[in-house]
Amino acid sequence: MTDARGGAREARPLRRVPWYGLTLGAPMLLWQVLFFAFPLMFLIALSFWQVRNYRLEPAFLTANWTRVLGSETFWLTYGRTWAYSAIATVIASILAFPASYGIAFKLGRNAQRFAIFLLVIPFFTSYLVRVYSWQVFLTDAGIVNVLLAQLGIGPLPLINTLFGTIVGYLTLSLPLVILLQLFSLMFVDRTLIEAAHNMRCGRLHTLFAVVIPSARVGLVIAALFCFILTFGDFVSPLYLGGGEHATLAILITDTTKSGQQWPRAAVIALTMIVTLLTVAFAAIGYAYRRPGK
Amino acid sequence: MTSDRLIAWTLRCYFVGALLFIFAPIAASFVFSFNSDRFPSLPLADFTTDWYKVTFSDPLVLAGFRNSLIVGAVASTIATALGFGAAYADYRYKFFGKKLYLALALLPPTIPVVILGLAMLAYLSRVSLSGSIWSVAASHVVMCAPFAMAIIRLRLSQMDPSLEAAAWNLGATEWTALRTVIMPFTLPSVFAALFITMAVSFDEFAVAWFVSGLQETLPVRVLGFLQGQVSPRINAIGSVVFAATITLIVLAQLLLMRRTAEPAAAEPEK
Repeated sequence: MTDARGGAREARPLRRVPWYGLTLGAPMLLWQVLFFAFPLMFLIALSFWQVRNYRLEPAFLTANWTRVLGSETFWLTYGRTWAYSAIATVIASILAFPASYGIAFKLGRNAQRFAIFLLVIPFFTSYLVRVYSWQVFLTDAGIVNVLLAQLGIGPLPLINTLFGTIVGYLTLSLPLVILLQLFSLMFVDRTLIEAAHNMRCGRLHTLFAVVIPSARVGLVIAALFCFILTFGDFVSPLYLGGGEHATLAILITDTTKSGQQWPRAAVIALTMIVTLLTVAFAAIGYAYRRPGK
Repeated sequence: MTSDRLIAWTLRCYFVGALLFIFAPIAASFVFSFNSDRFPSLPLADFTTDWYKVTFSDPLVLAGFRNSLIVGAVASTIATALGFGAAYADYRYKFFGKKLYLALALLPPTIPVVILGLAMLAYLSRVSLSGSIWSVAASHVVMCAPFAMAIIRLRLSQMDPSLEAAAWNLGATEWTALRTVIMPFTLPSVFAALFITMAVSFDEFAVAWFVSGLQETLPVRVLGFLQGQVSPRINAIGSVVFAATITLIVLAQLLLMRRTAEPAAAEPEK
């Protein structure tokens, strides 16, 4: 949308300052530069600073980088975080698909709207409260084990395990993954599916040959968001996974809060950002890649 | 045919199952907030409102509640104002670097909160702004403004651009047109943005935990409870906050739904 008045006025020799547009558009820019871009850039500088006598001092030391990147614990944690997030992403994508497919193709318009409304609600409930609630479900004497005991099973070790962490990750990401998958499935051309059926393409074959390829962008973006969300979460691995097997996010909170080693935490944070950017670009590149036929 | 219906019903039931997984913790937290057991499990013990009494007579909780209200009010107001301006700028103008502008405006929610928290803590303490509720508010504006912008931008995209042009042609200044044409049209979305950003700020715990110092907000207090002993107080706080946020969201939804009714009613005049 260009300036709609453009045609109505004469061209002027000097462009006057567009105060009106600036007053409306600039504050956002100013705020996000001041409180978003600068802090993130400051992380880069911070990663070269040093801590002496519990005080931060500007410096240009590569010691933080060599120390963190040379530590075995860091790489172990890095690999673990990757593995956890990858597992959660695969599980969430697979679990979400029948749900989003059902909403997209098997519900009426009103039911669809209501389903979307229900899926939006979790974003506005406290993640912490839900994680605490899962503790109530998953402990040895918790609800799930009490119910299992009725069947003569258990008690199963559900909490302080990878299972617990994954339950927490799904709590965080499943609604978003369903919604993002849904938005892409809703735009799949129905005539394509009918055409496939008319040509006697079986249900499952249609699903894999028509529906999933048409919705690929949305499916990949949904998976990407799941990966990003879980990669940076410290609550689930700590309070449902037991915290014994730390992830990078836990490492950052520990290094910052108890260790007071902000520069080292900055190194970890920057490694995370680089990783996530790489994953994001790879995923988006894959999503928009033209089918190679 | 029958197998088609079977598949349809299986998928619907599956979706209900997914909803059960999503809502089980929310429902349980509500139920157990009225349960007298310190270590909640089945079967349920006696009904009690003690957890609410204990929780909301705790000075730390009350202080956190107050801080959260202030932060939520301030952050949502600023975020909505910024979001409105940015949404309008995007709707109205083409300019150099617009893509960068939009990226800067919309990216914050994709940055992991621990990273944002650390960056904010380090940066704000450099400019001596950390450890107060204002540092929490400033960070929450960063996180909330993209939501406000998206909501208001969506509403603007339903507006006929010639309406504003008509106002100018009839002699209205840009500001008058903004006030008399754009504002009334976007008002429902402005309120929706206000409520939704307030809800986002009210539940945000990670960045707040990093930058708030001793000025805890309510979610930071909950994190404190979570680190300590198992405490049904979390359920009491969670239920109250849930009721409050859901009210905000439903209000926002109702405001946004009105848009479908309005233009239809105005159609005949066109």
